[in-house]
Amino acid sequence: MSANLSAQAQAKPKPQPKPYLNPYVGGLLLGLVLFLSFLITGSGLGASGGVNRIAVFFEDLIASGHVDRNPYLAHMAGGNANPLLNWTVFVLIGAMVGGFVSAKLHHRWEVATYKGPRISVRTRWVLAFVGGLIMGYGARMARGCTSGQALSGGAVLSAGSWAIMLAIFGGAYALAYFLRKVWN
Amino acid sequence: MHFPLTIDAVVVKYLIHFLIGIAFGAVLEMSGFAISTRLAGQFYFKDQTVLKVMFGGVITAMVLIFWFVAMGWLDYDLIWVNPTYLWPGIVGGLIMGVGFIIGGFCPGTSFVSAATGKIDGLLFAAGVTAGVLLFGETEPLFHTWWYTSDYGRLTLFEVFHTSYGVMVAIVMIVALLMFWGAEYLERAFGGRASGIVPWAKYAFGLMALAAVALPLFGEPTVDELWARVAPEMEPKLQAREVYIHPAELMEARYDERFRTVVLDVRSEADYNLFHIRWAHRADMDDLPTWAQRIKKDERLTVVVLVSNDDQAATEAWKTLVALDVPNVYILDGGINHWLDIFAAEDTRIHPMSLTGGVEGERLRYDFDYALGEASPAADPVPDQHEELLEEFQPKIKLELPAGPAGGGCG
Repeated sequence: MSANLSAQAQAKPKPQPKPYLNPYVGGLLLGLVLFLSFLITGSGLGASGGVNRIAVFFEDLIASGHVDRNPYLAHMAGGNANPLLNWTVFVLIGAMVGGFVSAKLHHRWEVATYKGPRISVRTRWVLAFVGGLIMGYGARMARGCTSGQALSGGAVLSAGSWAIMLAIFGGAYALAYFLRKVWN
Repeated sequence: MHFPLTIDAVVVKYLIHFLIGIAFGAVLEMSGFAISTRLAGQFYFKDQTVLKVMFGGVITAMVLIFWFVAMGWLDYDLIWVNPTYLWPGIVGGLIMGVGFIIGGFCPGTSFVSAATGKIDGLLFAAGVTAGVLLFGETEPLFHTWWYTSDYGRLTLFEVFHTSYGVMVAIVMIVALLMFWGAEYLERAFGGRASGIVPWAKYAFGLMALAAVALPLFGEPTVDELWARVAPEMEPKLQAREVYIHPAELMEARYDERFRTVVLDVRSEADYNLFHIRWAHRADMDDLPTWAQRIKKDERLTVVVLVSNDDQAATEAWKTLVALDVPNVYILDGGINHWLDIFAAEDTRIHPMSLTGGVEGERLRYDFDYALGEASPAADPVPDQHEELLEEFQPKIKLELPAGPAGGGCG
């Protein structure tokens, strides 16, 4: 059976990954999705809010009393409140499904690690986790990440969202020089 | 149809969000946002994909939203505009920038990347989850600071004291200049620019025209907005459904189910002579600002418009209704009718004996001196007027405001 399968796999060459969209076309499509979201639901897109609620959901399962005593957490999951019943959770899960399906259809699904040429895979993994940790912390402090603030708030001209957008680019550009060996 | 839709069925609502999420994730993947090296390239000038996709998305949505708002199809006051907490936002943004350049993703892209099999994406997503939890644990340490510099719902055009339309045009022009700069940077640092496909160029060109056109040709006037709702609203005026008796206004002030905002649209001179206590004087020109302020407020609000008779108040009513303010009423017969009933409480108020036809919108009472609201007639107490309470037909029917949708910050 397995011999049969591998023979088939050898017979059919692996399809080449399709090229990515022209970035301006990507931008137009992204804007269209964002617009439809505002038009239909009144809210934009978001990612970190969904992460937050899923994380707090599990925290509430493990340490319910602790969640109830922390006002910030209790606001989402105190008592009988279900932190998962929030639109951001559904957008996040949808985004993962959309990403998966698109990668499969365009033959880009692949277990891989992308990194600069001068660092090891292991270093890249550590940096990815640490970077994520810092990003997650900052996203909650700013009450939203690149999606919820910069993109969504940017499109409806929220003053605070534009300040956050500039701060994100500012922070990244300011540190880019010192991390040039990581990426180049 | 009026947008945004009010979707009561929870299942439908979340299904829509799920479908929007799928489209969102697919677009990110198709733009190459699942690849960390591509995202990080933004900060070494050689690959400006992040800037192009992000600003492309921002301006496309911005122009479409603006046009739908200008056409009266979408209510800007009901869509979620992230409230501004300036310093927590800036510090959080800088921290995010640091996380971005170290880890190579932002939260959304890392989850999409993980879904396409990338291990660095998966680990970044795990890091984001840990960071979010860490924030929840440490937030009590700086809880007070986290709520400082709270400007509420603040837009760029309010900051720069300009109109929505002009701001859209400015952002559009800046974005197109940035695209031009991005192409230049890519050629200079990466040796090769992405370029733009022709139809996308036309789409952006069209949007730029659309963005500049509206401020040039003018946004729809209140009269035009009124013309749209007039067929539905005019009969209510004819049937006098929205004209409330002075006693109903007196009582409304003490009703705990809602707050009552009384707007007095008379001249400043008349207002200074006498006005109902708690009434705000509002120029006709200021009514759009009032409309915004009232709709922003989450409390259930009843607005009562007051003029000397009720013609001017009726014009003001049309303006507020055209601007989608719910629960707007008119004081039937205006201040004159009010004083017909309550002037007896104050010996300093005298009816004028006007001979001949009284022209509209004239105060028919005389005062020893300008009383303003320093008169018992300005704030009668329902307990002392029980006889009146039986006299009128109550007309205030509460219509629940939709309220702005929630944001992604929960």
